[in-house]
Amino acid sequence: MDKDFKESIHRALTNGNLTGALGAFSEAYTVNRAKAYDGIDFEELRKKIADLKAYAAANLEQLSAEFTHNAEARGATVFRTDDPAAVREYILNIAQENKVTRVVKSKSMATEEIHLNAYLEKAGIEVGETDLGEWIIQLAGQTPSHMVMPAIHMTREEVSDLFSKEVNERLSSDIPRLVKVAREQLRPRFLSADMGISGGNIAVAETGSIVLMTNEGNARLVTSLPRIHIVLVGIEKLIAHFADVATILKALPRSATAQQLTSYVSIITGPTANPDGSMKNMHIILMDNRRSEMAADPLFKQALQCIRCASCLNVCPIFRLVGGHVFGKVYTGGIGTILTAWFDALKQSEDIQSLCIQCGACKDVCPGMIDIPGLILELRRRLVQEQGVPLLLKSIYTVVNNRSLFHGMLRAASVAGKPFTSGKFIRHLPLFLADLTDGRSLPAIAAVPFRDRFKKIAQPTQREKVVFFAGCLIDFAYPEMGEALVTTLNKAGIEVLFPEGQTCCGAPARYSGVYDVAERNAIDTIKALTAVECTWVVSACPTCTVALTHDFLSTFESVGQAGWLTEARQLAAKTIDFSSLISKLIEEKRLTFQEGKSLEKISYHDSCHLKRTIKVSKQPRELLRRAGYDLTEMFESDTCCGMGGSYSLKMPEISAPMLQRKIRNIKATGAAIVAMDCPGCVMQIRGGLDQEGTDIMVKHSVELLVDYLK
Amino acid sequence: MLYDQFKAKAEAVSAEVYRFSDRNAALSWLVDFLKREGMGDTPETAALWASGPFLTGGERQQLTSGSGISFVVTQEMAAQARFGINLMAWALADTGTLADNSTDIDQRLVSSLPTIHIALVPTAGILPDMPSLFTRLHPRDCSYLAMITGPSRTADIERVLTIGVHGPERLVILCIDAFEGGK
Ligand code: SF4
Ligand code: SF4
Repeated sequence: MDKDFKESIHRALTNGNLTGALGAFSEAYTVNRAKAYDGIDFEELRKKIADLKAYAAANLEQLSAEFTHNAEARGATVFRTDDPAAVREYILNIAQENKVTRVVKSKSMATEEIHLNAYLEKAGIEVGETDLGEWIIQLAGQTPSHMVMPAIHMTREEVSDLFSKEVNERLSSDIPRLVKVAREQLRPRFLSADMGISGGNIAVAETGSIVLMTNEGNARLVTSLPRIHIVLVGIEKLIAHFADVATILKALPRSATAQQLTSYVSIITGPTANPDGSMKNMHIILMDNRRSEMAADPLFKQALQCIRCASCLNVCPIFRLVGGHVFGKVYTGGIGTILTAWFDALKQSEDIQSLCIQCGACKDVCPGMIDIPGLILELRRRLVQEQGVPLLLKSIYTVVNNRSLFHGMLRAASVAGKPFTSGKFIRHLPLFLADLTDGRSLPAIAAVPFRDRFKKIAQPTQREKVVFFAGCLIDFAYPEMGEALVTTLNKAGIEVLFPEGQTCCGAPARYSGVYDVAERNAIDTIKALTAVECTWVVSACPTCTVALTHDFLSTFESVGQAGWLTEARQLAAKTIDFSSLISKLIEEKRLTFQEGKSLEKISYHDSCHLKRTIKVSKQPRELLRRAGYDLTEMFESDTCCGMGGSYSLKMPEISAPMLQRKIRNIKATGAAIVAMDCPGCVMQIRGGLDQEGTDIMVKHSVELLVDYLK
Repeated sequence: MLYDQFKAKAEAVSAEVYRFSDRNAALSWLVDFLKREGMGDTPETAALWASGPFLTGGERQQLTSGSGISFVVTQEMAAQARFGINLMAWALADTGTLADNSTDIDQRLVSSLPTIHIALVPTAGILPDMPSLFTRLHPRDCSYLAMITGPSRTADIERVLTIGVHGPERLVILCIDAFEGGK
């Protein structure tokens, strides 16, 4: 990891204004967004948007031509280019031909992408941002920290200092007063500018229209007052039909700022008269800058479905800690990582892609239905392919790839005992790394792993058999969870099988972008688990469950492995998570709860993979309630605990505050027990609570249910 | 029904909404309002009215001489004026939005530069939502389709909602029942 990058993270994390503002915003945003979407079927709406944007991405060539034709028929001049340098030159040319001295801009990310301001200023043209946030940033000589709220990291005092300098007068930090000052300062610039530059939220091929949305009203002035209007849009803003504008406008303001609609929407089709009666000189630039290439990529084409609402930033547990600056100068957050990799260079995303913990929160709210974590993983894979695996990781995965060696090492670690800080190699085994992060204790490796204990469990032979896939954590750190699972299923008259050949599910390798190892792990697992007859393959680790149900297939697809697809599909169809299986058995009355129990006050933490990939969140709660626990919800129960496999070890500085936040929310419930369905989360949260010295118990649901089932 | 929804939604975003049975009622309220809110004959207290089908020639003359409302609109005047008045032909009930073909620059000058924007809206022009607007107002015959939802706002400093940045600080909407709006 680059040293500057590490420092920028540290700077962000220790900037109280930034983390405070972003934290408060993201909390409020979740609530307000839900309100804004009240009565709207979001899934149906975003399916429509994804479809219409995907159609546009697949037909960029045709839509560009259609747009050009229609906009020109209405009197605009359209210039299409692939090259950012050509865009800059084109704009400067028009400016010079028309003796432009002053430009006013309304917010446009595309102009930031090509660093237009600096270019025009160098040529002696005054360029003024007019969006309040952008203007603040411009005065401060900074770059935006958020796509929609560029100056969210600044306090009113900082703004008042900037403005005071600008107007040569000591201003108070009263916000309405500061806004007035901005109005007064910018008004004359609007009135005297010769050229207005805007972006565009949507470009409609059918009509040649540009759609612009603002709350402040600056875009209306930028597009109405100066005699020249330049529009710069990326070609991903194209859509085919005018009627679809309403569809996007239904989602964009709701997702962006939880508004039903922005104060102003302008739909501009060709030039109109200027205030002095002359006709406006209107130019529309359709910029490609690798977007067509992106559209041709089978995976990344979906990134063009983005409508730039920034909701993926607002819900990202990492973004709310570090803000936009660590991501670079233009596009930020998860989607920004992807766009930077393309518009800039893959190499540019090397550091920032590692910020993603793969929690999936962004994917859940994205109105363009973009699989942001999936694409970030793909970047990781391509980076590894391009640059090779770092030596240390390679040696780790050589071990993980060899089951007997891997398991041998784990056993050796348990013999060596805790702490695992001795022996360099063991220290760096995935999931068991002991570069102990602040604020968390790691579990000891069990003296006797589950695979050995299993042999000692006396099970009655039953007709129905279920295969248990333990995964590394339950097998080697929490064998008691596995034992509870066996006992539970036995109560339902099911015999549990544990195929010895099972090994790591490959998640650690996959999430590090090391796909050849993930592929090997997948094949080994498939071989082991499909060798025996069974009705289900059950897992009590959501990450493993996701590996078996989703990741094997996608890994095979990525590496072009066609030989195991059928088996992978069969395995996926049979695999089920623990809580879902128990819910089924209860429904079928093969398991029943003991009656009349009144148990402790409990709270439930949603694990990312279980809630957002497997879509299970009601079942475990229902089970715990029916067992007799007094369930009380914690705040942000589905926000990532900061574990993320080896993330907590690679990014301890970010993982730690995530864990602290989780612990605060758990404590606030006053519950005696916190339940979850993931051994990884147990490890993280138990470690955190243990360090704090609280006596709140951290348990996997399987351990909490086993005693109360008949 | 649509009116009630429109009013509730528009007020939720800080617009002021009034309803009148006919043009005359609206007009006399408007003249009172302008006086009450400090209309005068300096450029800073002026009221500019973007010409439209709302008034008859006679009425216009009467208003010009009697009250100081100007029907001449220039950028300079609009930038200083306290009031901007225009006709907005359509409204959307589900978001409290006004919509209009604002190809005529005067329509935009009076609704974007003055401190207070007063919009006259035929109650019959209130539509359920944007898709229904788009079947009536289309870029085919409209170069600048404008939608306005509440006054100008920002939350760019510490996320504190503040009204009146570059556009009007107040949006006053007069819905008029017995009025077709000249569409
Ligand atoms: S998956 Fe989670 S961590 Fe990654 S970008 Fe999305 S919200 Fe952020
Ligand atoms: S990726 Fe999705 S959530 Fe993020 S800005 Fe784009 S549309 Fe919005």
